[in-house]
Amino acid sequence: MSSGSGSRNTEPWGSFDDNLIQGGGSAVIDMENMDDTSGSSFEDMGEMHQRMKEEEEVAAEAAATEDDVADDGEFLGMKGLKGQLGRQVADEVWQAGKRQASKAFNLYANIDILRPYFDVEPVQVRNRLIESLIPVRMINFPQKIAGELYGPLMLVFTLVAILLHGMKTSGTVIREGTLMGTAIGTCFGYWLGVSAFIYFLAYLVNAQITMLQMLSLLGYGLFGPCIVLLVTYNIHFHFLFYGLWLLLGGLSTLRMVAALLSRTVGQTPRLLLCGTLGLLHMLFLLYLHFNYHTIIEGLLDSLEGHNMAPMQRVARDVPEVMLNATARNPGMLLSAY
Amino acid sequence: MAASEEASRPFAGLSDVSIAEDIPVEGDISVPVGPSRRDDEFSTLDEPVKDTIMRDLRAVGNKFIHVLYPKRSSALLRDWDLWGPLLLCVTLALLLQGGAADREDQGGPQFAEVFVIVWFGSIIITLNSKLLGGTISFFQSLCVLGYCIMPLTVAMVVCRIVLVISSGRVVFAVRLAVVTASFGWSTFASTAFLADSQPPNRKALVVYPVFLFYFVIAWMILTYSPQQ
Repeated sequence: MSSGSGSRNTEPWGSFDDNLIQGGGSAVIDMENMDDTSGSSFEDMGEMHQRMKEEEEVAAEAAATEDDVADDGEFLGMKGLKGQLGRQVADEVWQAGKRQASKAFNLYANIDILRPYFDVEPVQVRNRLIESLIPVRMINFPQKIAGELYGPLMLVFTLVAILLHGMKTSGTVIREGTLMGTAIGTCFGYWLGVSAFIYFLAYLVNAQITMLQMLSLLGYGLFGPCIVLLVTYNIHFHFLFYGLWLLLGGLSTLRMVAALLSRTVGQTPRLLLCGTLGLLHMLFLLYLHFNYHTIIEGLLDSLEGHNMAPMQRVARDVPEVMLNATARNPGMLLSAY
Repeated sequence: MAASEEASRPFAGLSDVSIAEDIPVEGDISVPVGPSRRDDEFSTLDEPVKDTIMRDLRAVGNKFIHVLYPKRSSALLRDWDLWGPLLLCVTLALLLQGGAADREDQGGPQFAEVFVIVWFGSIIITLNSKLLGGTISFFQSLCVLGYCIMPLTVAMVVCRIVLVISSGRVVFAVRLAVVTASFGWSTFASTAFLADSQPPNRKALVVYPVFLFYFVIAWMILTYSPQQ
């Protein structure tokens, strides 16, 4: 339904057609199908028939004025000719401009270049999700890393949704505005930024990994943190979080590290690459938990206590926060220190 | 001289030409009325404005009914339009406005934020479904996703009404139930329309981002609390 058709009909006197690459597949928005009446409503139909009528008129006028051009003198003929020719030229210029614009659009906004990375089955995605928690011990031979973007992309969006969900508190005022942008920015920034950074380091130490594989590896490595955050945002026990952080966060980090190790040669490069990745991944999970965990505590305190400014930047040190809420005179504060 | 005389009278040489009698001349001299009537049918420029608006409103209303009772029909896909999604998105954004405790700081999802989330979320889901090999076109998918926000908008209206009356744990439970029900309804309705356009073994891959999208909107609705 959305596949592009071939080239349009050209004017006999040679229009501005460049025969660029005619994409065989379909792009996102086929501007050639903007006139497609399988779509919208009466406006489109009316426009199409209006255009057809205009073209008929133009053709009829061209046929009619041909005799005038032949019979009348040169002056009159030029005026008649220029009016009709001008219209035709304007129309052709518009058509050519639209053709070139749609070609440029199809060339640059063609999502078909991403199509092979989304060629997965649900079973494959499920298997890869489970495997992302199982580190493979073989590090002497390059491990296979799936070059796929559907799973990582969905995992990043899931992480965003979990972060937003972690902010639910019943009946409390929540700063959803800045948090939403922050959540999306954090998750995507982490995925894209850390992938690029590790890829850059891998390029420096000559490790055998491509950008797509790195994106895919890190994306799937977010599965563990997703589960950890989903559980610990609902059950607020510090020890539970630390245990899960070590267990699931550690497993997913180990899997990524093992995959990278198998593709790097030399002690120092291995240490550099895998140490950086492990550190960043574990710290990210820690950051996600504590940043939002403290917000919840700060908000709950503001419910019972004075009007604290309900802003994200609550002090990280939990006992200090509780002290501030309950301390009634500066003496108690001073005595605590 | 004869030649110039003949040239000055264009039809001079034809005075003795007669129509041959063995070639019958037939025809209809009357001007055919057909083309102009055809023009009037498709040119909607001359009809009264009320007709134009009522026709579009009827089309939008028809699609709303299809969302309310989602069954496998192609009505939403055949005549797609983006009026309904625009209406719903603006309504939702307006209702979600003012959910902030502190007017000076940017609290609560602002109008632009809801707009951006709805439209960019729909675009991403559409891209995803196209990349997975879907046969649906870009605007058709936007149309379906936009129209299926309707149950959530209804839930938002209900939540606002309920919050005006009172607020507390019971009210929260009621709101949770309403929002969850409408979220499930939205997801079910959109998959009823979108699922047919996918290869059969990849339906789950397409449904999941739709689920996430409506989940985020449902979360925004649930955590809305009016200004104290």
